Amino acid sequence: MSAPRINWGWWAMTGVLGALMVFTLFPFYWALVSSFTPDAALFRDPSLWPREIILDHYRALFDERDFFTPIRNSLIVAGTTTLFCLTVGTLAAYALARLEFRGKAAIMAFILAVTMFPQISIVSPLYLLLRSLRLIDTYPGLIMPYMTFAMPLTVWVLTGSIRQIPRDLEEAAHVDGATRRQSFTRILLPLAVPSLATTGILTFIYCWNEFLFALSFTLGPERQTVPVAIALFRGQYQVPWGQILAAAVIATAPVAAMVLLFQRRIVQGLTAGAVKG
Amino acid sequence: MARIALEHVEKVYPNGYVAARDLSLDVADGELLVLVGPSGSGKSTILRLMAGLEPVTGGVIRIGERDVTDLPPQQRDIAMVFQNYALYPHMTVRENLGFGLTIRKQPVVVVDQRVRTVAASLGLDALLDRKPAQLSGGQRQRVALGRAIVREPLAFLFDEPLSNLDAQLRVETRVELSRLHRKLGATMVYVTHDQSEALTLGDRIAVLNEGVLQQIATPMQLYHQPANKFVAGFIGSPAMNFLEGVIRREGPSNVRTFRGIDLALDVPLDREAPGRVFLGVRPQHLEVVGETATGDGTLRGEVGVVEPMGNEQIVYVTLSGGDRLVAVAPPQQQVAPGDTVAIRVRLEGAHIFDAETGARL
Repeated sequence: MSAPRINWGWWAMTGVLGALMVFTLFPFYWALVSSFTPDAALFRDPSLWPREIILDHYRALFDERDFFTPIRNSLIVAGTTTLFCLTVGTLAAYALARLEFRGKAAIMAFILAVTMFPQISIVSPLYLLLRSLRLIDTYPGLIMPYMTFAMPLTVWVLTGSIRQIPRDLEEAAHVDGATRRQSFTRILLPLAVPSLATTGILTFIYCWNEFLFALSFTLGPERQTVPVAIALFRGQYQVPWGQILAAAVIATAPVAAMVLLFQRRIVQGLTAGAVKG
Repeated sequence: MARIALEHVEKVYPNGYVAARDLSLDVADGELLVLVGPSGSGKSTILRLMAGLEPVTGGVIRIGERDVTDLPPQQRDIAMVFQNYALYPHMTVRENLGFGLTIRKQPVVVVDQRVRTVAASLGLDALLDRKPAQLSGGQRQRVALGRAIVREPLAFLFDEPLSNLDAQLRVETRVELSRLHRKLGATMVYVTHDQSEALTLGDRIAVLNEGVLQQIATPMQLYHQPANKFVAGFIGSPAMNFLEGVIRREGPSNVRTFRGIDLALDVPLDREAPGRVFLGVRPQHLEVVGETATGDGTLRGEVGVVEPMGNEQIVYVTLSGGDRLVAVAPPQQQVAPGDTVAIRVRLEGAHIFDAETGARL
């Protein structure tokens, strides 16, 4: 008979994961709790547990301020950018992964090089460019710069994942009678859905959170996105922390919801069993 | 159904690698032709050329009477079974089977009926709503086969379809394929590197090496009248033994001596003695006899390894000259590693190959 052994490995793992979770989730928890706490209580005796829950901050966001507009702006800008990125990115990735043409490696390197520029270094030239195109304070004025920054990620991730889809599947489809376009839409695209979802979410999050361009290329509340709007909450003499945190919670919600929604899709190994098992 | 003809087909890759050189062969209507060769012999490439998955760099391919050389795969009306099955993972078995018909805009009723018929004949009825990931290897193989049959194509191409199955299933499926071929009366081209698979399945077999067709013949012809040393060594198990030596005329009659003293051959030669040759003898034509035996056609050596196979023993012998031979002995014979034995060559089953060209003399 042996004494029941303690599984140290399991406990260590659980401990580390738990600590990591507290570390990453605490700020969000703190923001959530604070957004329901009256401003006065926030500074007098901050507490880990909400003592009284009020919805004042949330009400103020939509009654006193027009928080709908920045949300709408962010949705339009981030959504459109994501859509364009996925469309163009998928086609580019297909070509890079499947077709033979000269200078493929150079193109891949060039696409990556675009991301090397620090954003701040191109704000001024971009501003001048957008101004001469009369695109300052417009949606396209944000969508186009976002695309240049988000596209490399899309193209690289999608190229990698398309390369992993066995070529045999498309060849089988060709022999079965499918044209190149049909084998792309009927075979390749469905199999690429998990990586499309992943890149789509990443692109959306990037655009949703982007601050510098959004601040520089918009002029007034009409076209401001959520991060810019929140940053401009603070007045000269006071910082409305309650409202800021309530806005932050609202801004985080759609992103968190999306990740949770697509998580299964992302993790699911859709290609499992495609070829020999 | 249709015949397939390759006329002087050539496939050279941009990097200079030659996968097929001046290749001409004809697959008769309803014939099962096996393409066999070691890896790198170009057999799979030739299949892909027939399918249209790769363009030829020279020559003409015909399916039926149609020149399909420049047609893409989807217009050639052939079906292909891939080595790894290439089932569409996001579709059910039903959708996999029907894909070729659906994409050709066949009416739903027709597709459904054909899928059902084929599924029933392959024992897939119960699996129609499963995804490939939920199937066993053998079941996937049958779906891949079914997907080809459903379309009723002009010809079937098989790219080593059995290589991912375990040994027992492979033999069963081989028999099933043979039966299927007879039932459908379809033109089939079958690629394999396994010579026993080739011999059992093929109406005719094309042996390839380094992109060059070595011989195309029936299994029996390949085995008994190999065109050259490569074919002789590739077909048959265990492989044929080769002894290198010099042949020369000795005496007034047509007696020729191999290596001067070792073997007296009474083999008619078409031309004058060519000098260096290989003597090819199948293990089945070597007899392990007692140490004391003497006489024409007897070699001496030491037994290295004995593999008991049940119905026979495979004996590996190292000759005194250093050559290695493989012989087949009856199961009851007493042979053990380390024994010194004499080997009698039954010359009626021997072949002589030109040492330079490899051609059979």
